Amino acid sequence: MSLSPDAARTSPLARIDRPGQTFLLLLLATAVAVPVLNLAVPPSSPFHVPSWLVPLFGKYLCYALLAVAVDLVWGFCGILSLGHGAFFALGGYAMGMYLMRQIGDRGVYGNAELPDFMVFLNWTELPWFWHGFDSFAFALVMVVLVPGLLALVFGWFAFRSRVTGVYLSIITQAMTFALMLLFYRNDTGFGGNNGLTDFKEILGFGIQADSTRAGLFVASALALGIGYVICRLVVTSRAGRVMMAIRDAESRARFLGYRVEHYKLFAFTLSAVLAGIAGALYVPQVGIINPREFSPASSIEIIIWVAVGGRGTLVGAVLGALLINYGKSYFTTVEPESWLFILGGLFIAVTLFFPRGILGSLAGWWGGWRAGRRAARAPAPAPAPSAVEEPAE
Amino acid sequence: MIAAAVTRREPSSALLYVDDVTVSFDGFRALNGLSFYVDPGEMRAVIGPNGAGKTTMMDVITGKTRPDSGRVLFRDRYDLTAMDEAAIASIGIGRKFQKPTVFPQHSVFENLELALAGRRGVWPTLFARLDGRQRRRIDEVLDTIGLGAERTRPAGTLSHGQKQWLEIGMLLIQDPELLFLDEPVAGMTDAETAQTADLLRGIAGRHSIVVVEHDMEFVRALDVRVTVLHEGSVLAEGSLAHVQQDPRVIEVYLGR
Ligand SMILES: Nc1ncnc2c1ncn2[C@@H]1O[C@H](COP(=O)(O)OP(=O)(O)OP(=O)(O)O)[C@@H](O)[C@H]1O
Ligand SMILES: [Mg+2]
Repeated sequence: MSLSPDAARTSPLARIDRPGQTFLLLLLATAVAVPVLNLAVPPSSPFHVPSWLVPLFGKYLCYALLAVAVDLVWGFCGILSLGHGAFFALGGYAMGMYLMRQIGDRGVYGNAELPDFMVFLNWTELPWFWHGFDSFAFALVMVVLVPGLLALVFGWFAFRSRVTGVYLSIITQAMTFALMLLFYRNDTGFGGNNGLTDFKEILGFGIQADSTRAGLFVASALALGIGYVICRLVVTSRAGRVMMAIRDAESRARFLGYRVEHYKLFAFTLSAVLAGIAGALYVPQVGIINPREFSPASSIEIIIWVAVGGRGTLVGAVLGALLINYGKSYFTTVEPESWLFILGGLFIAVTLFFPRGILGSLAGWWGGWRAGRRAARAPAPAPAPSAVEEPAE
Repeated sequence: MIAAAVTRREPSSALLYVDDVTVSFDGFRALNGLSFYVDPGEMRAVIGPNGAGKTTMMDVITGKTRPDSGRVLFRDRYDLTAMDEAAIASIGIGRKFQKPTVFPQHSVFENLELALAGRRGVWPTLFARLDGRQRRRIDEVLDTIGLGAERTRPAGTLSHGQKQWLEIGMLLIQDPELLFLDEPVAGMTDAETAQTADLLRGIAGRHSIVVVEHDMEFVRALDVRVTVLHEGSVLAEGSLAHVQQDPRVIEVYLGR
């Protein structure tokens, strides 16, 4: 961070900052350690990671990727999306549909042609939009395409008509709410209230098998790492600086000749695609996808993760997602009643006392400490007073 | 292009030719048969009492306001009254508004980088890198606006005067042929005002500049031809000393 910004941003590697490098190393270590400690270390050993923990950790990684996606639009482009849960859920449903098709005739009704819930509804044939999901490759394309297209179309209308601020947040909430109502209906064809569940296999591997879970864990870590690097490269490019310029002074950016709506659309769509991928990895690890993922509250929770971790830092988003979801797992088993109060209290406390979140505050203290040391070492005049804060990177 | 070819009738040496322009707002004539011209490389100061039409004149030239009648010719080729703001900006006419707006979280250097002429689309900027020429250009402008030592500082932490200079730099870096500055020293300290006068004198010659200002000390320091506007038309023109002796000017403006 002390390098002059115009000199540092040359090679892509140099654009991953110190917290980013630390995070990637830790992620790599986790991606190796968790499967090894689960599969290769005997259960009698104190170092053994029990099998039920692996998908739980994997789920956290998916949430972390979702948080990174939200930080890209909110932290860097100023778009407070309260509907990102929808993109996550759509990616999840696309994967869930593939997993449903993999069940084949092993369902309760033993119907090779139709998923159980369709048999239950007395449907006789597969709806058109379920075709193709027998293929894993097709499902993967849909995981990217469906959230991406929705974001593209939604964003095109919203940004072109210059909907910003609270109004934009409200319509993103409305979007996810509408989708929730749609997916709750049995007629829609996605299993209604119960969603999609009872999965058996993924790519022919038993979904409950330890090795499959380890594989999914590694895939999630990989997706998080790659997603982070992509976002980091975007925000450190000139396009990223234009996004931040839009966040801080939108009309000025427009006046300089930048097409603001194009930048927003790009960030929003990329973010939705990452959220969709996170959802697709989440579903086989938790074993279910249902319309509750579309609930407005789920989308708001993501914002809390990012705010607590540190908006506009990417690594902070990961940190926030991990800490809060660990806290959630802990408190909902120990004292389920209290969790929402704790979450709400945490959000208020962070907004009031640490508006830059955990990572932003740490970076601020660290910058201040280093500036102090530099001032102490420099003999003559101290540098201009602390008004010069280092850009939070 | 939107530019309409116009037959040459006006003195072809002028860079900007404002010809008999009238603008009314609900019957009130903010500009009333205003005519004036700016030569290539010339710096001009425009003064006049409040409501004289100075800002309205800039609005007409930069495409923000359409005149009821009259013509505005740029480089003898472009009829600015038929072009929109973006098109006018793209042919080399820059404008600084009164309130400085820079990108507060970006460094001084990055502010200039974003203002640098170049492709503005998402894809080109995603992969854009500064080449040596562009870096030298930024350094040059940093030098001109006297912010070389502040290049890595977030622009939000600059003083008011420094922000104004940065904003002037963001205009300069696009190399406009003609630059309009609306009250650039409003709110500056005396020292900053003097420095701004130096800065503008330094860049005059390479760009034509029109400065609207109320601060007489500043106008004196610029030491350029002065146009006095009053009730939407030109009342007097000449050196500051000359117009200050003009009895009509004293009556409507300086004498009050
Ligand atoms: N959009 C508008 N609608 C109605 N009247 C306007 C409009 N813009 C300007 N005017 C009027 O036109 C006149 C000239 O205004 P203008 O802003 O050009 O003056 P100015 O010379 O820039 O004054 P100042 O020194 O106060 O900045 C004023 O009387 C103003 O009230
Ligand atoms: Mg004015």
